[in-house]
Amino acid sequence: MEFPMTIAVSFRGVSRHYGQVRAVDNVDVEIVEGEFFAMLGPSGSGKTTCLRLIAGFEQATRGEIEIFGTSMAGVPPYRRAVNTVFQDYALFPHLNVVDNVAFGLMVAGVPKAERLAAAEATLDLVQLADYGARKPSALSGGQRQRVALARALVNKPRVLLLDEPLGALDLKLREQMQDELKLLQRKLGITFVFVTHDQGEALSMADRVAVFNEGRIAQLGSPEDIYYRPNTPFVADFVGSANVLPPHVMKAVIGKELHGALRPEAIKLRDDGPHEATVRTTNFMGASTRVTMLMDGVQINADIKKGHAIPQVGAKVRLGWNDEDLHVMLGQE
Amino acid sequence: MHSDRAPMGLKIAAGAGLLFMHLPLLLIFVYAFTTEDKSYQWPPPGLTLKWFAVTWNRPDVWAALSLSLKVASISTAVALVLGTLCAAAVSRSHFFGREVISLMVILPIALPGIVTGIALRAAFNLGDIPFSFWTIVLGHATFCVVVVYNNAVARFRRVSGSLVEAAMDLGANSFQTFRYVILPNIATALLAGGMLAFALSFDEVIVTTFTAGQQQTLPIWMLEELVRPRQRPVTNVVALVVVLVTFIPILAAYYLTRGTDTVAGQGK
Amino acid sequence: MIVERISDTLWRRPKLLVVLLLTPPALWLGIIYLGSLFALLAQSFFSIDEFSGLINYEFTLKTYGELFIPANYDIILRTVTMSAAVTIAAAIIAFPIAYFAARYARGRWKAIFYLGVMLPLWSSYLVKVYSWKLILAKEGILNWGFEKLHLGWLLQAYLDLPFFGGNSLSTSVTGTFLVFLYVWLPFMILPIQSALERVPVTMIEAAGDLGAKPRQTFRHVLLPLALPGVIAGSIFTFSLTLGDYIIPQLVGTSRRYIGQAVYAHQGIAGNIPLAAAFAVVPILIMALYLWAAKRKGAFDAL
Repeated sequence: MEFPMTIAVSFRGVSRHYGQVRAVDNVDVEIVEGEFFAMLGPSGSGKTTCLRLIAGFEQATRGEIEIFGTSMAGVPPYRRAVNTVFQDYALFPHLNVVDNVAFGLMVAGVPKAERLAAAEATLDLVQLADYGARKPSALSGGQRQRVALARALVNKPRVLLLDEPLGALDLKLREQMQDELKLLQRKLGITFVFVTHDQGEALSMADRVAVFNEGRIAQLGSPEDIYYRPNTPFVADFVGSANVLPPHVMKAVIGKELHGALRPEAIKLRDDGPHEATVRTTNFMGASTRVTMLMDGVQINADIKKGHAIPQVGAKVRLGWNDEDLHVMLGQE
Repeated sequence: MHSDRAPMGLKIAAGAGLLFMHLPLLLIFVYAFTTEDKSYQWPPPGLTLKWFAVTWNRPDVWAALSLSLKVASISTAVALVLGTLCAAAVSRSHFFGREVISLMVILPIALPGIVTGIALRAAFNLGDIPFSFWTIVLGHATFCVVVVYNNAVARFRRVSGSLVEAAMDLGANSFQTFRYVILPNIATALLAGGMLAFALSFDEVIVTTFTAGQQQTLPIWMLEELVRPRQRPVTNVVALVVVLVTFIPILAAYYLTRGTDTVAGQGK
Repeated sequence: MIVERISDTLWRRPKLLVVLLLTPPALWLGIIYLGSLFALLAQSFFSIDEFSGLINYEFTLKTYGELFIPANYDIILRTVTMSAAVTIAAAIIAFPIAYFAARYARGRWKAIFYLGVMLPLWSSYLVKVYSWKLILAKEGILNWGFEKLHLGWLLQAYLDLPFFGGNSLSTSVTGTFLVFLYVWLPFMILPIQSALERVPVTMIEAAGDLGAKPRQTFRHVLLPLALPGVIAGSIFTFSLTLGDYIIPQLVGTSRRYIGQAVYAHQGIAGNIPLAAAFAVVPILIMALYLWAAKRKGAFDAL
């Protein structure tokens, strides 16, 4: 990040309650201008609600939300310099593609020729240059997604919100779109706020990731931070299924009763390894084989690379790891 | 897959049933041309076109027709507004009164026409309101609302909520959202509902006899003719015209909502 | 500027929007319609003074009591019996049509059956009744048909029957029955068709897969699933027959039905309380019927 940093979106003590349910519980976060910010978490964790709070479809029960320093209390969605790409794309079925894209400009009173030109230019940007005359129903899922993107971008929003936009696409298309979105963001320099439950997506695209759990941010940091140095057992488990070593095991290893995180690829099966475990299952996954073992009553997953010996199910093995690969987690849940 | 061919018996029964529903109407068409004007003799002794001219020259027929058309138009307009408002409210939020509203809207058409008729007449008497064009309209609009309501509600259900959010997100305020997004998406359903409401009002007789006082809509005229016939073939001609005229909105409403999940007309 | 303010307020207070949307229809239906229904109900608790002919605005159950005198009670019984007969006959005739349209009609035939039911449904009620006057008339096509087939004696024998017959079909109970049946038939077809269309094909296939022969599948799978549709249709036919006063007036004997009784009493006679009491009878019957039908889940087919 370059200094000085402008804060695009800030949440201060924001909560959103539905009766007894706390969808968002006292969240503080500052999203920097120009960054690709991902909000990651399981369903019901509050990430989508936070996105909707930024867009203006929900109002905070408590706390302040500011966009570029201006309070958004009582400000309706149509007055925020923010645009959303919806999960179901929400393209207007009664308009063709170019009218869909030009919609925001139309309601703003931009003259016809000008807004159609801008719409065409944006369609070109998402590689749908000749699709203007078609109706949304005649497009594939991937194409609709791009139209939704163009429709949001043509208004030159200061913040672009994306609500699980790649969820409905198949794997290959999804990976392609991930690359394109990243390139687009770099090129345009707009702040992207991206909601997803797919941790691979978040880690590969984002500059920073906020991991949500039960309405709160469990950890906020760069992808490397989240992946290699998870703060809590929840984050460790959710992001890449790291092994969580409970306090009683950690006491034996480092003398402290805290949780530890150990990535599956960091575990080495060595005849002189300091720990003993029993093999339960082995699963061939292509580039590596996942071996699950029981060590001291704890399930341990190890990813054994091709070329190394794969133990038999039921066998007793010895294992170890490099000290720097064991991350001590200081957080609570 | 289980055989796609229907058993012959079923085909015959279904076809016969369908024919049963249409033959009587077709019969009227024939009777409109008969030369016999004192009875319903079959087969018709001769065929002629003269009754069409006679009907054309009957002022009472024209008066009744024009009243029916006026009443139907205004009732439909009122029903469109009220039906759409109700449908919009019911589909927008899940409030406890939803079932109540649905019930209230459907009541005028669910209860026997005579009950609605007599209730309205009683109300007019209590309020010392004299019978007039507007009492007829009031009655008609009341039961036409449900036709529009059914069509509108079904369509509102299909207009996804995220469309409204998308519109607002793109900068449209409440009015612009209604005008540019909601209205275009419910337009054909409203049109279909309106046409059906028109047909319903045009044809209604029971409630109308209670709310019309001295005036004659076309169905009331026809009822008079049935009870005390003046010129039978004239009645036949009018019947023929009425069938043809109601044909058109029904066909149109069908084509407007064909292929959607609620085809118009099923909510009668 | 004002537009913006209003728009913002509506957005901020979505409940306000709902209230605004609902107020006009609620006023109309609530005050005008429900109000008059209550007015009607209220009238049934008053009575008419036999001597002056004026309405006595005092609460009494005497008017309801009058419903039980033989002449009036007959009317009610007659109407209910007719309604039941029409309902049953309509169900029997409608079923094959609905069944075929739902399960076997494809493409062009589907449209034909659809319009074939819709058009009579929305056709003028009076025209439909009138057409049967033509058919049933002594000199009309039905008689002519019987004569042509040398079955005139059969028709005459039928007309000589005590209850069902009459001077001509046009002035007999059978005539009334036929007209009711004809006019309400589409109302029975549509809900049954709707219910049958909701049965997924895979369910039929599953039954076959489990060993059921077509007849068994019909009896144990399709018929029970069509039942809510039949009940929904029966609500229409029953209720419409209960309240009708035009058809018995135009086709049939001079014996009265509930609808005619209501019409007669509130007319010149001015006996509004009795008319109201009569009118309440179909409401009560239908309320009971609807309650029973709801318990059987018929409302999904509506």
